[in-house]
Amino acid sequence: MAEHDGKNLPRPTPETATYWEGCRHGKLMIQRCGSCGHHQFYPRLMCTECMHTPVEWVQASGRGKVRSFTIVRHAISDAYAADVPYVVALIRLDEGPTLMSNIIDGDPERVRIGMPVETVFEVWSEDLTVPKFRACD
Amino acid sequence: MTSLRGKVAIVGAADTEVGSVPDLSATQLCVDAVHRALKDAGITKDQVDGLVTCNSMAEPYMYHAEMIAEYLQIFPRYCISVGAGGGTTFSILHHAASAIVTGLCETVVIAMADSLRTGMSKAQALAMMSSAGHPQFESPYGPTIPAFYALIARAHMETYGTTPEQLAAVAVNARQHAARNPLAQKREPISIDDVVNSRLIADPLRLLDCSLVSDGGAAVVLTSAERAADFPHTPVYLLGAGEGHGHEHISQAQSLTTSAAVESGRRAYEMAGLGPADIDVAGIYDCFTPVVLIELEDLGFCAKGEAGSFVEAGELGLDGALPTNTHGGLLSHCHSGNPGSMFALTEAVTQLRHQAADRQVEDAQVALVHGQGGIMSSHCTLILGRESG
Repeated sequence: MAEHDGKNLPRPTPETATYWEGCRHGKLMIQRCGSCGHHQFYPRLMCTECMHTPVEWVQASGRGKVRSFTIVRHAISDAYAADVPYVVALIRLDEGPTLMSNIIDGDPERVRIGMPVETVFEVWSEDLTVPKFRACD
Repeated sequence: MTSLRGKVAIVGAADTEVGSVPDLSATQLCVDAVHRALKDAGITKDQVDGLVTCNSMAEPYMYHAEMIAEYLQIFPRYCISVGAGGGTTFSILHHAASAIVTGLCETVVIAMADSLRTGMSKAQALAMMSSAGHPQFESPYGPTIPAFYALIARAHMETYGTTPEQLAAVAVNARQHAARNPLAQKREPISIDDVVNSRLIADPLRLLDCSLVSDGGAAVVLTSAERAADFPHTPVYLLGAGEGHGHEHISQAQSLTTSAAVESGRRAYEMAGLGPADIDVAGIYDCFTPVVLIELEDLGFCAKGEAGSFVEAGELGLDGALPTNTHGGLLSHCHSGNPGSMFALTEAVTQLRHQAADRQVEDAQVALVHGQGGIMSSHCTLILGRESG
């Protein structure tokens, strides 16, 4: 996967290992509070709503809507230059939390706020799979 | 809670040369700023017992304020470096004022400088660009700093119908002011058309929606109101200070179109006993054009969603309702990173001393400055006046 060399590679920690392991298996894992039912992302030690601990891991639907987006015309570094123009978006998952990702597999100019999207998993290396999103019905 | 209102004053203020300053390192710029501010205040370095700085990106030190004190051979009893991004300047002043009021020290120099234009290696610049995002959950997706701010610009446009021309009006205003400031980095006039036809960087933001990359620094001297009358210039009193902290990463922001400037502004107004209508001149953090619109709304200068038309109507000009960024701002005067908002502070001092020459706001009595750091993350608002109360 040489095309991802030099990119800003995430380094999983014990706190986030379940998330990245899920990505490798094609599952978008987020946290849910066993006490109040609040969903949260990124992974944390306790529930940000009620401070309950521990929180559980659940598989998210992988579906959400574009909360905002931009089309990057000037890459952050040479490693991203081949991807230009690329869409950086904030996606609100159906479960509630927002996450940042790229929207791929389509014309960047057709991305809109409110557009429904679903997760696609992009394999960057044997150890690393990164969740991205594409338009869906 | 003890109010800081009217208890401390800025008695010295100065900028270094700004723009492209290749012959001075970031450390030298910081020291030059101290030197100039002490001269302005008419005191010697031995009278400084507090020193506050922020770290430089081009020439960082583990303990930056200690480094500057060591370089100057001063031996303060209050010495600290603070880092809160573009909001650092005003947060520092908030803390330094508290230090004076609680008796930690009497005379504080706040000095900040960096050399982003000529002092950064490519590796440092790349590291800086990538450091703004969450290392696991944002940075892998390649967001540039303009891209982060483009997310809030797009959300504001979608929610309130804000137009690219209204964003552009922020940049045009900054340039109009800079044209009256002989020290500004960019002074040639620009039009709305120039901005909306400049190169797309991260939609909807174009090149001229983005602030400069600069070298430069500034310093102020802060002391108690009781001592302020002993200095040569008209003291500029701190009337209100407030902070608000909403998030670190934009993907965690509760709102993309309303910021913690609402809280920082409310706290500052409450301390000062003043409101938006009392402000004669403002310095509003303008790293990218949409930030100004959101902050104007959050600070109560216009209703939510109406900042675009407020700016388009020319209200930020010298004859407008709220002359803003009269030095030219980060967009046209100087943006040397975290120190960038220092220039809004020294400009407020210049305006309140009535020394702003061609860009003087007539009879300016009260100024508001607002800084934000991160991606609309940390906010600090200060209200300053010619009278202590």
